[in-house]
This record gives sequence, C-alpha cells and structure tokens, in this order.
Amino acid sequence: MKIGVIRFPGTNCDRDVAQAIALAGATPEYIWWNEENLTDFDGIVIPGGFSYGDYLRAGAMASITPVIDGIKVLVKEEKPVLGICNGAQILGEIGLVPGIFITNENPKFNCEWVDLKVSSTRTPFTKAFKKGQKVEIPIAHAEGRFYTENIDLMKDQDQIVLQFKDRNPNGSMEAITGVCDESGLVLAMMPHPERACEEILGSTDGLNFFKGFL
Amino acid sequence: MIFDIEVKISLKEGMLNPEATQIERSLDLLGYEVKDAKTVEIIQFTMEEDSEDKVNEDVVDMCERLLCNPVIHDYEITVKAQ
Repeated sequence: MKIGVIRFPGTNCDRDVAQAIALAGATPEYIWWNEENLTDFDGIVIPGGFSYGDYLRAGAMASITPVIDGIKVLVKEEKPVLGICNGAQILGEIGLVPGIFITNENPKFNCEWVDLKVSSTRTPFTKAFKKGQKVEIPIAHAEGRFYTENIDLMKDQDQIVLQFKDRNPNGSMEAITGVCDESGLVLAMMPHPERACEEILGSTDGLNFFKGFL
Repeated sequence: MIFDIEVKISLKEGMLNPEATQIERSLDLLGYEVKDAKTVEIIQFTMEEDSEDKVNEDVVDMCERLLCNPVIHDYEITVKAQ
C-alpha cells in the first residue's frame, strides 16, 4: 500500500504525515509538485504548510501545478485523497471539494487542540469512527474559516464530515472544518490528524484517518 | 503593441473582511472613527499582444483560473495601450 505525500515549496508537515502513514501500516513516498504521473500510488495526502508562501490565497498557486492533474486522474480511478490544512485549502481551490477556507473571523494564526465531531462516516478516513463521535485533534491555521454558497446541497449529499464541537474557533459556516467530494473519497480537513497519532503527542485520534488508506 | 494591465481584486459585497474590520478598530485607537473599510488587492503587469480584445480575454481567463477565487472575489480589469 503506497501512499504519496505531495511536496510543494513551502510544505512543512510532509515528514509528520509520512510518519503517520507508516504508523498506520502503509508505505509513504514523497512526490514533488512537478510529477504528473501518480498511477503507482494507492492514495495521496496533501500535507499542511504554506505552499508558495500563501501568495494570492492559501493554496492558489499549488492548485494549478502538474501534480494536481495526476491527483485528478487518481480521483477518477477512485483512489482516496486526504488534504490536511494547506492541503485542504488546495483541494478547495481546485474545486475537488465544495467551498473554500478563508481568513479566520478573528484573523490570527490559531494553534490549539480542539474537540471535533465526526458528522459523516462515509469517507475511508472517518469510517472507523461512530457518527457524532468526539475526536481530539489540533488545528493550526489563519485561513480556515469554511465558506460555501451551497450549504443545502452539501447537506443533501452528506458532504459535511467534521465540525467543531461546542466552540467554533475560526467562524466557519456551521462550524464545518472537514468536507468531502460527492464520492466521499476526497476529504479536505483543516485539523492536523498527523499531530495526534501517538500517545506522547496527547492523542491518538488522528491515526484512524491514516488507517483509512488500508 | 504593449499594454499596461491592472487587475483590482476585492471581496464580494457582504463577505466578512477581517482585515478591514481590524483596520477600523486600529484607526479607532488613533482616535479616527471610520466606517465601511474595504481592502483591495491590485496586480499590475504588461503584455505584448496585437489586439486589446485578446489581452482582455486572456486576463479574464487569468482571473478565473488563478488570480481570483470566483466564489469570494469580484475583479475589475483595466487595459491601456502604452
């Protein structure tokens, strides 16, 4: 089970993600932004960071690189794709998931542990959880406020996957912080599951997201 | 022909603009009472092209594909021959 970890200039969570994939029992392999042929891979993670310095908008520059064409081919082949933080912003910019992640209501860089609610278990990454289950995973972003013009359609199609529980730290619409495409195989989430995969880090709730590739 | 191009990008009407809100608050600290603050981003560049129509067409394409996110942004394009 070979899982690609995409690297852009400015990606900085790639090694944490590779570690999490290995802990889950799969084999991570780094992929540089100009690689177009990803057919050897069984799944993809777009890790967090600040690709291209967040110029124009977080994720905008990365969304038009050759590796994105490769990811679109994998999505058509029904391989799972997980975008975390900047990776989620990139998936929003491409339009592979509905909506977009924009500047927090309180426009500061918000780095803290949060309680999340798993709102849909139909994605490979959340299938190990129960619907409504609480998971504890940290966030770290300044542009994570979810916004969409199609909230009703998203509800109809069961595309709301993760929501902040009790407290909405960035002003996201309906406290949404994880959304999937229509198929459920592409998940964009602002929280960092790779930072919650070992007891020593304070939580292992994140590991199930990576076990979803198996 | 060489053209000067300017793209002015702003948030759509009604979108929350935390930067503009903070500008209002900070100006208030200096004793100025301002309302309806907005921020815009301006991108300038030049292009060499035979026709102004082709320049306009290309710049609209650039806005839709990279420079703006049509979900949240409005844009204004100005093209002037040098």
